[in-house]
Parts: sequence; C-alpha cells; structure tokens
Amino acid sequence: MNIDSIKNGIVLDHISAGKSMRVYDSLNLDELDCSVAIIKNVKSQKMGRKDIIKIDNDFEIDLDVLGYIDPNITVSYIKDGITVEKKKLALPETITNVEVCKNPRCITSVETSLPQTFKLVDKENHVYRCVYCESRIAK
Amino acid sequence: MKNLIDPMDLSVKEIDNLLNLADKITANPSAYEDVCNHKTLATLFFEPSTRTRLSFEAAMLELGGNVLGFSSANSSSAAKGESISDTIQTVSCYSHIIAMRHPKEGAPLAGATRASVPIINAGDGGHNHPTQTLTDLLTIRREKGRLDNLTIGLCGDLKFGRTVHSLMKAMSRYKNIRFICVSPEELRIPEYLKRDVVEKYNIEFIEVEKMEDVIDELDVIYMTRVQKERFFNEADYIRLKDSYILDLDKLKTAKKDLSILHPLPRVNEIAVEVDDDPRACYFRQVKNGKYVRMALIMTMLGLHK
Repeated sequence: MNIDSIKNGIVLDHISAGKSMRVYDSLNLDELDCSVAIIKNVKSQKMGRKDIIKIDNDFEIDLDVLGYIDPNITVSYIKDGITVEKKKLALPETITNVEVCKNPRCITSVETSLPQTFKLVDKENHVYRCVYCESRIAK
Repeated sequence: MKNLIDPMDLSVKEIDNLLNLADKITANPSAYEDVCNHKTLATLFFEPSTRTRLSFEAAMLELGGNVLGFSSANSSSAAKGESISDTIQTVSCYSHIIAMRHPKEGAPLAGATRASVPIINAGDGGHNHPTQTLTDLLTIRREKGRLDNLTIGLCGDLKFGRTVHSLMKAMSRYKNIRFICVSPEELRIPEYLKRDVVEKYNIEFIEVEKMEDVIDELDVIYMTRVQKERFFNEADYIRLKDSYILDLDKLKTAKKDLSILHPLPRVNEIAVEVDDDPRACYFRQVKNGKYVRMALIMTMLGLHK
C-alpha cells in the first residue's frame, strides 16, 4: 500500500497499533480541511505493529493530549519535504477535558461547567486521578 | 496556607504549629476572645451536620468573630440551581473565611478556584474531612503525649470511612506507627490506601476480623460505625456485628491507658456504659475539635504569626 509522502505537515509515527482512531478523535482531526491519512497495522521492527497518521498541513497539535494517549508517539514536522523537527512525547503532569470523571459522587457529575482535570500520580503505571475526587481514570 | 482542602495539604510542621496553637488557646481562652473582632466566618453547609457546623461557629464566636451561612442546600440558592463557584464568589463578598460542606466529592476545591477568601473543607462526601483529622491528631497528642511510637487500631467500616483514610494518611508521616485494622473482609481499607500509604511509608500493618484478638496491643482505638447495608449477606452481618461493638467486657483485656476515639455520631458501636470509663476520649475529642478549628481560623486569617 502506498501513501504519498507529504510536503508540509506533520507525521505522527510509532502510535501503538489500534490507537490511531483515538488520536484522530482526540486531536479533532476530522475538523481539518487538508488530507489526513490513517495507516493502521504497519509492520514495525521495534513495535511489531504500529499505526501512523500523516497530516498534509501544519497546525498546532496538543502534545499533552497526544502524550497522554501514547507517550511513545514521535511527532515529525515536515517542511518542503524535509523533516525539520522531531519531538518525543512524555506523559503530561495534568490533562484537561480529555477524559470525563466517571465517579457519580464527584462534583463534576453535577457541575458540568467545571474543567475535567486529571493529575498524573503514578508515572510508572500511567495512573491519573481526578483533581476533585481523586478517582482513578477507568481505562 | 490559602485553603485547606485535603489533610495532606498540611506539612507535619504546619500541623504541629496548629496543634501547639490549639494548646495555647485551650490553656488561656480569654487571651484569644477578641482576636477575630470584625471578622466573619461563612458556614456553607450544603448538607446537614451537627458537630462540624456548630464547632466552626463556636470556634469563631469564641474568637470574637461573627458567623453567617446556611445549614442545608434547600435554604440556599443552590436549590435554584446556582453553581458552587457563583455561590462562593457571592459569599466571598460578605465574609473573610468560608467553611464549606458538600455531599459531592471535590466541591470545596471547585469552590476554592473562584474564592477570594480562604476556604476550609468541612467535609466533601466520602472524600476528605481535614478538620476532623486535625481534631483526631490533637486528641491523640493530648491523650498520649505524642504522635509517634503508637499502635493504632482502626475498627469498623474501613472501606468507606473518610475519617479513617485521612487519619491513616496523616499518621503515616510520624515515626514507628503500627496500624491494626479490625473489620469484616468486605469493609477492609481500599487497595490504593495500602499501596499509597502503608507500603509507601513501610508501615507495620495487620488486618484482623475480631477486635478481641488484638485489643490488648492497642494504644489508641479509633471506632467507626459498621452499617448493616454494607454487608453482602445477612449471615456475615450476624456473625460479625458484635465484634465491632466496644463494651466494658471487651475492654477488660485492653491497656489501662488505651485511648478510645470516635468521630461521632455513634449509633451502637460503643456501648453507653463505656462513656464513664476514663479511657473514653470521644467527648473530649469533640471539644478538641473546637480548639483546633479556632487555631485553624486564626492561622488562615493570618492572625497568628
């Protein structure tokens, strides 16, 4: 399968296989007018299988959201067909309005205008807790 | 200290300072009777409470301050659908400090983000109750003369009891603390607490089903209520219910200087006959709650240097 390389835009590589649609939804890529290619289950020496997303336009990506979904993703910025910058991601300390607290006793369940903020409490096991009620994000 | 939302917001040093101030106030209350003149405490209680609200109000009045507020959501604009942040911003215009209780977890934190005056969490659902923790710490320190080198029994509903969780977190920062948790299997402390407190601080920790097996080892026993509806089946409730009632018979093997604490209200988990035993501290604990809240209000208003 051949996908054209892009001239100016962004490549999200090393996405864990199966997570590309989540990335697509979380970054609201459906709202872009440019071409977006989602390539699933690509063979990878390092990962076995991986997903790749190519975006044929430069735009500001929320790296915190991306880092939360999959900190192993590599973000490459392409200009005139050349990779000008590569960014490795890390788990963000907090995420806001990416997840929703499922605890029915949490204040966010009734005050829907509150930002849904979660704090990283265990880096090793990727555990985030709601800043209000301390409930763990149910994966 | 801008707000007090979680008992762990306080460092050990800040806790020591508060307890020391509470001791000073207790020793000489008249020296503090005008400290909060022209200051107003708002008590915003979105759910009913006897002890905590009255304790806050008594604390402020004894410091010479004023009190306003409401004692249920129905008597506030929350009943009309007003958001917490709007209520807090409004009340910030009328008061210098706010004590807030709410049935939803995290509500005081949500309020604190918009408040222009200090907020004290006076209990948010089953989550945190930091002034109860301060009350418990003051009581243990007064009764035992220390907060380290203690074997503490926690008895009853250890799964849902917020006061137990907060006390365990707070006590875990002191040296040589040993916890003995007495509860039915269904009501044992949550896994996260074992991981984040017991294992993290390498604390000696035992779980047992019957109080009788361990009562002779305890320096402090912290009683909580076991509710029938928490059990999965009637047979277990009947088998275990008497193990979580403290009476004079069970106290026969306890240490002579055991301290019996309870956050109250109690139902039947401590027999009334125990009230006259000198080891019963729970009504002294209530009084300590007022003094520690006096210390907290003064500190948060910057009236104690």
